[in-house]
Amino acid sequence: MSAAIRIQQVSKCFGSTQALDRVDLEVRQGEFFGLLGPNGAGKTTLISALAGLVRADAGSLSVMGHDVQADYRAARRCLGVVPQELVFDPFFTVRESLQIQSGYFGIGDNDSWIDEILENLGLTPKANANMRMLSGGMKRRVLVAQALVHRPPVIVLDEPTAGVDVELRQTLWAFIRRLNEAGHTIVLTTHYLEEAENLCTRIAMLKAGRVVALDTTVNLLRRFSAHSLRLRTADAMPVELTRGAAANGGWWSLPFDGFDEVEPLLARIRSAGCRIDDLEIGKPDLEEVFVRVMQGAHHD
Amino acid sequence: MTDMRYGGFTTLLYKEVLRFWKVASQTVAAPVLTALLYLLIFSHVLEGHVKVHGVAYTAFLIPGLVMMSVLQNAFANSSSSLIQSKVTGNIVFVLLPPISYQEFFAAYVLASVVRGVVVGAGVLLATCWFAPLSFAEPWWILAFALLGGAILGSLGVIAGIWADKFDQLAAFQNFLIMPLTFLSGVFYSINSLPPFWQQVSHWNPVFYMIDGFRHGFFGVSDASPWLSLAVVGTCLALLAAFTLNLLKRGYKLRA
Repeated sequence: MSAAIRIQQVSKCFGSTQALDRVDLEVRQGEFFGLLGPNGAGKTTLISALAGLVRADAGSLSVMGHDVQADYRAARRCLGVVPQELVFDPFFTVRESLQIQSGYFGIGDNDSWIDEILENLGLTPKANANMRMLSGGMKRRVLVAQALVHRPPVIVLDEPTAGVDVELRQTLWAFIRRLNEAGHTIVLTTHYLEEAENLCTRIAMLKAGRVVALDTTVNLLRRFSAHSLRLRTADAMPVELTRGAAANGGWWSLPFDGFDEVEPLLARIRSAGCRIDDLEIGKPDLEEVFVRVMQGAHHD
Repeated sequence: MTDMRYGGFTTLLYKEVLRFWKVASQTVAAPVLTALLYLLIFSHVLEGHVKVHGVAYTAFLIPGLVMMSVLQNAFANSSSSLIQSKVTGNIVFVLLPPISYQEFFAAYVLASVVRGVVVGAGVLLATCWFAPLSFAEPWWILAFALLGGAILGSLGVIAGIWADKFDQLAAFQNFLIMPLTFLSGVFYSINSLPPFWQQVSHWNPVFYMIDGFRHGFFGVSDASPWLSLAVVGTCLALLAAFTLNLLKRGYKLRA
C-alpha cells in the first residue's frame, strides 16, 4: 500500500529565505496526522507544495503514489485542501460554489454528496445564500465543503479552526473524525495544540523549514512531557525537590514518572513543614512537548 | 462518478460566463450605453459632413464601435476576473483542481470572447436603427470578432496575471488598450490621416481587427481583409504562445 503522502528531500527558497530545508515525511493511509510548528516554520509552504501551488526547488512529493508535478491530475484528484485564508468567490451562492468546484474535478451530478456535506457542516439553511452574506464561521465551513466535494482520500486542513467559534469546531471535528474513520487520511495544521493532541495519532513538528520531531503523539508525550504534581504553597519548598521543578505564581510543578512516586513526594513536603494550599495532578500535554522541542531544536 | 462531459475547461468556462452574466448591468448594459452615447455625439456632429469609402459617417461608425466594444470587453473580462481572484485569494479554487494550463487559458480566453461578442451584439442591436447597415461579407464579421476577442482576451489574461494591484491593471488598460483601440480607425479611416500617422497606424494590430471587421459590413476597407486576417492571426498565435508559456511556468500564480 502506497503512502498517502510522501515527501522526499523537499527544499524551497523564497529569495534568501529557506522556507523548506530537505524535508522528509511520510503520512500513511488512514492516519490523522498533525503538522505543527511556529509561524514561519514552513507548514503552509509544505502544504502548498503538495497542492501544486508552490513548486519545490528540490525533492519530490506524491499523493497516493502520484507525483504532484509529473502526475498532477491524479495527485490533485486525491487531495482536498482547506486553505488557511478565508477566501470565497463573491459572485456565487454556497451551492453554486460547490457545484462549480465539483465540475473542476470532472464531477457532474454531485448534488446528493453536496447535500450530505452541507448537512454535516450545518450549511443546509445557507445553501442558496450568496457567499458575501455569510459570517466568517460560515465561510470557513464552505471552504471545508469545497475541499470535500470530490471525495478526496487525503484531506489537508491548514488551520481550519483559526478564529472560529466552539460550535463550528465541534461540528467540524465530528465530521472530520467520521471521514477519518471511513478511511480518509487527514493532515491537520493548527496552533491549537489541544486539538492536535486529541485528534492526531502522529505528529511532525517543523522549525525553520526542517522536521525537528516526528513520532506518534503518545511517544512524543512520553519523551518530552510527564505527569506533574502541581501544588500551591506559601512556604519554602525543600531544596532537593525544586531541582527540575517549575514555579509560577506560587504554584510548583513537580514532575514524576509513576503514580507510586506521588505519596513519597507529598510525605517529603509535609515533613519539611510546607502547608499545601491547593493541589492537582497535571497530565502530560502537547504544549509542553512543543515548547521543549522548539527550544531544543537548533537550525544550523 | 467522473463524467467526461464535465471537466476543468467546461466548468471554468461556464463559471467565467456566469460571473459576468450575474452582473450584466455592469458588464453588458453599461458598455452598450457608452457605445450608444459615442454614436449619438459623433453622428450628430459629423453626419452629413463626412463620408468614408462612399459610406455615410454614422453607418461607417457603427461597425467600429461594435468592434471596439468587443475588444475592450474581451480584455476587461479575463483581466478583471483574474485580478479579482488574485487579490481576494479565491484563485486557489482554480489552481487546486486538476486543470491544465491549456484548459485554464482556453476557458478564460473563450469566456472573454463570449462577453465581447455579447456586448458587441448588444451595441449592434442598439445602434443599427440609426443608419442603414449592410452585411456584405458576414464571414469576415464573425472571423474578426472571434479573433479580435481572443487576442484581447489573451492580453487580459497576461494583464490579470502580471498585475498585483488594481491600479497596475488600470495602467495597462489606460496606457495600452485604450490608445490602441481609439487610434485604430474606429472613428475615422486612416486614409484621412497624414502619411506619417498612416504608417504608425499600420503598426497597430487593432487597426487590422477594426478594418477587417468593417470590411464584412461594407465590402470595402483601408487594407485587404486577407492582410488583416494574416496580421490578426499571427498576433493571436504569438500572444497565445506567450500567455501559455507564462501559465506553464506558473508566473505569479504558482510560486
